[in-house]
Amino acid sequence: MLTTQILFWFLSALAIIAAIGVVSSKNPIYSVLWLIIVFFSISGFYVLMNAQFLAIVNLIVYAGAIMVLFTFVVMFINLNEHPEIPRNVYIKAAGLIAGLCLMIVLIGALSKSADNNTKLAIGTTVGLIKSLGNVLFNEYVVPFEISSILFLSAMVGAVIIGKREKEQAI
Amino acid sequence: MEIKWYIFLSIALFCIGVIGALTRRNSIIVFMCIELMLNSVNLLLVAFSKMHVSAGGPAAFGAINSQIFVFFIMIVAAAEVSVGLAIIVMMYRNTKSIDINFLNRLKN
Repeated sequence: MLTTQILFWFLSALAIIAAIGVVSSKNPIYSVLWLIIVFFSISGFYVLMNAQFLAIVNLIVYAGAIMVLFTFVVMFINLNEHPEIPRNVYIKAAGLIAGLCLMIVLIGALSKSADNNTKLAIGTTVGLIKSLGNVLFNEYVVPFEISSILFLSAMVGAVIIGKREKEQAI
Repeated sequence: MEIKWYIFLSIALFCIGVIGALTRRNSIIVFMCIELMLNSVNLLLVAFSKMHVSAGGPAAFGAINSQIFVFFIMIVAAAEVSVGLAIIVMMYRNTKSIDINFLNRLKN
């Protein structure tokens, strides 16, 4: 087996185990930690596919910023006072069966596809920062600037939603 | 690696996210499962971009565009998370709970 294959199987086992951990752990803090492991393994896949820019952005944005936000909110909300009431067993079983059926249908539909055995390219320059930056700042300048406005509006919206109203101030 | 293994891995991660969103009641965990689904789709897009590089020809030009697309998905996801967590905090302040079943009072 090649090194890339060994790395692929290791990373996919890590990602799936950590994803099951996200779904099944009782305490939301453990869910956050498992989700960080999922994001790290997905960044490993990006490195494996030679997409360095996306690997770094994934680490900074997801594992760095978004998970810190999640941790803050989990710490901010006192969960010991109000533990999660588990769902009805029948509803849980129905959700599990529905998800597994979705998986079986998708895999069954895609496993006969004609392009299935196309090998991924190795060692291309597509994902490097230089080539992506050229395209991003030549063809996609306007969407890039619009996304900064999107961030500004999201920030204003989060502040307005999170602001304590006057009658609630105790 | 062949593309099919990446497809199957992404399907597995996506379906784990779906199962989590259907079976949990804690709204923070439901939100994390949605992030998991977003990330599995991102992974699949990058894998398809590398597949088009190895196909060659005019399809190879689309490879860079798909990685830019993943970048914009990440931007939108970051904005979405900040607003969504603010909504969860506000919901906790009003109902003193983050159980999603409390949200069905919008129904009537």
